[in-house]
Amino acid sequence: MAKVWVYAELNQGALSATALELMVKARELGDVEAIALGAGAKAAADTLGKHGAKVVHVHEDAAFDDYLAEPATDALAALNQQGAPDLILFGFTSDSREVAGRLAARLEVGLISNAGDLVRNDGGFVAKVPYFGGAKVASLKANKKPAIVLIRPKSFEPSEVGGTAEVKELAVTIGDGSKRAHIVERVVEASEKVKLEDAKVVISGGRGMGGPDNFPLLEDLAGALGGAVGASRAVVDAGWVPYSMQVGQTGKSVRPGVYIAVGISGAMQHTVGMKTSKVIIAINKDAEAPIMKMADLGVVGDALKIVPALTAAVKAKKR
Amino acid sequence: MTSALKIVVTVKQVPDPNSTFALEADNTISREKEVVLDPGDECGVEEALQLKEAHGGEVILVSMGPERARDAIRKGLSMGADRGILITDPQLAGADALLTAKALAAAIKPEAPDLVICGTESYDGSTGMVPPMLAELLGMPQLTVAKKVEVDGTNVKVHRQTADGYQVLEAATPALITVTAAIAEPRYASLKGIMAARSKEIKQVGLGDLGIERGESAETIEGVTDAETRKAGVVIEFDGTAIDRIMQVLAEAKVI
Repeated sequence: MAKVWVYAELNQGALSATALELMVKARELGDVEAIALGAGAKAAADTLGKHGAKVVHVHEDAAFDDYLAEPATDALAALNQQGAPDLILFGFTSDSREVAGRLAARLEVGLISNAGDLVRNDGGFVAKVPYFGGAKVASLKANKKPAIVLIRPKSFEPSEVGGTAEVKELAVTIGDGSKRAHIVERVVEASEKVKLEDAKVVISGGRGMGGPDNFPLLEDLAGALGGAVGASRAVVDAGWVPYSMQVGQTGKSVRPGVYIAVGISGAMQHTVGMKTSKVIIAINKDAEAPIMKMADLGVVGDALKIVPALTAAVKAKKR
Repeated sequence: MTSALKIVVTVKQVPDPNSTFALEADNTISREKEVVLDPGDECGVEEALQLKEAHGGEVILVSMGPERARDAIRKGLSMGADRGILITDPQLAGADALLTAKALAAAIKPEAPDLVICGTESYDGSTGMVPPMLAELLGMPQLTVAKKVEVDGTNVKVHRQTADGYQVLEAATPALITVTAAIAEPRYASLKGIMAARSKEIKQVGLGDLGIERGESAETIEGVTDAETRKAGVVIEFDGTAIDRIMQVLAEAKVI
């Protein structure tokens, strides 16, 4: 059996959803050990055990929460020195990629990022990575040990398999030399009632919304449907809405029951983050826009007229 | 307190995001396409220039790429950067993130900068893996996804974008920063700037000059296939029945 590690990212004491997604793939590929660092690591070990981890290495030093990337890199490098695994899985998330990048450079093994899937092949690992903006999929065989692979969030559906992990305290001291990028404050800006990543319905707006002043139309529809509002990179870059709303390769990945793309052309950058949605509805003035070719229902017309009409219809139905 | 800053900005030449991509028969990206300085890197250059204006110092652009990547450096020099380093070598074709980071680190290290500024991710690759590797190889802390940067003496503070807001990160220089497009609106190069850039130095180095050998890549491409595409559904015009059709789809998906 291959020896597989999962870097179980914790966010201020809470186990990330991505960690449990990685467990699905990890237990299919080999014997799984998870590494949980920072506040909440021991509590997370219980959940990781239920999801198939045989061993969970924990370390609750405050440095993991207070300093970016370096303490976690030190811990993983130290554990690797005690016996390298065949594979280390990370989520392709903002925090995990900081750690994975440093570790891959320190171990001189490189990495494969942005993978949507991973399979065993001839005793090695082959990652499926979107290529050419997502129009193609490249099969990349990992050449190094440990192979480090970063998997896109929402690539797998977490499921419990039962089980209890053996919890091992990771014996490594985090030196002052790694306490450098100090997180001195955390500011929460998003006031969204429903989290974008967890929403059953996501309504996203793009340039076709005409301007930031029209985004409240999407908020109204989201309110009526109990959903959340997202956006394309183009309008985030233009400063219409905050980055926290961005859906796509460099934003959030979502997998709602219904995704409504409003005034979004459907660049691969965007569709990589939403194409696994169960149902896609596109509203766009251009019938030839790429988004229309992947939507279950495409409506050609003026978004500024269609969205309010739809909101009214949803509200009327609820009455 | 203000002390002069030596700032290195990594810059990359990418296919113009405003034109459409084309693939060759062998699945490599067509080289015929228009190329530009990565728009994210333009923001990095702008931020570096603003820091230099506030603190004094020098802005050095470092790029890895084919010969023509010189144009990307020249663009940054015309905005006001002081000089450039172009890492170019036939052996670097198809370099992975680690080799790229190694080459950049070898070129940057002798400059001993106070700050290294990178884009959070390139426009074409969008994986953002080179900066953390580069920070590790340079032995610097990384302050990433910055939408705001403040330097006070040897202390650097950034606002790092997160999924629900931002973190305030602090470190002592030397440090590596990655910046987002929100950091600064890139200036246009003035005619004077374009003229001045012609006489600015761009040093060219190869792998041998940097003392690096191309080792085995982290991955081998075994094949490229078409991505699974969703089946196209129905496209209708917005007419009297369109709202009913959408409502029907929402009802079938059990969200209303």
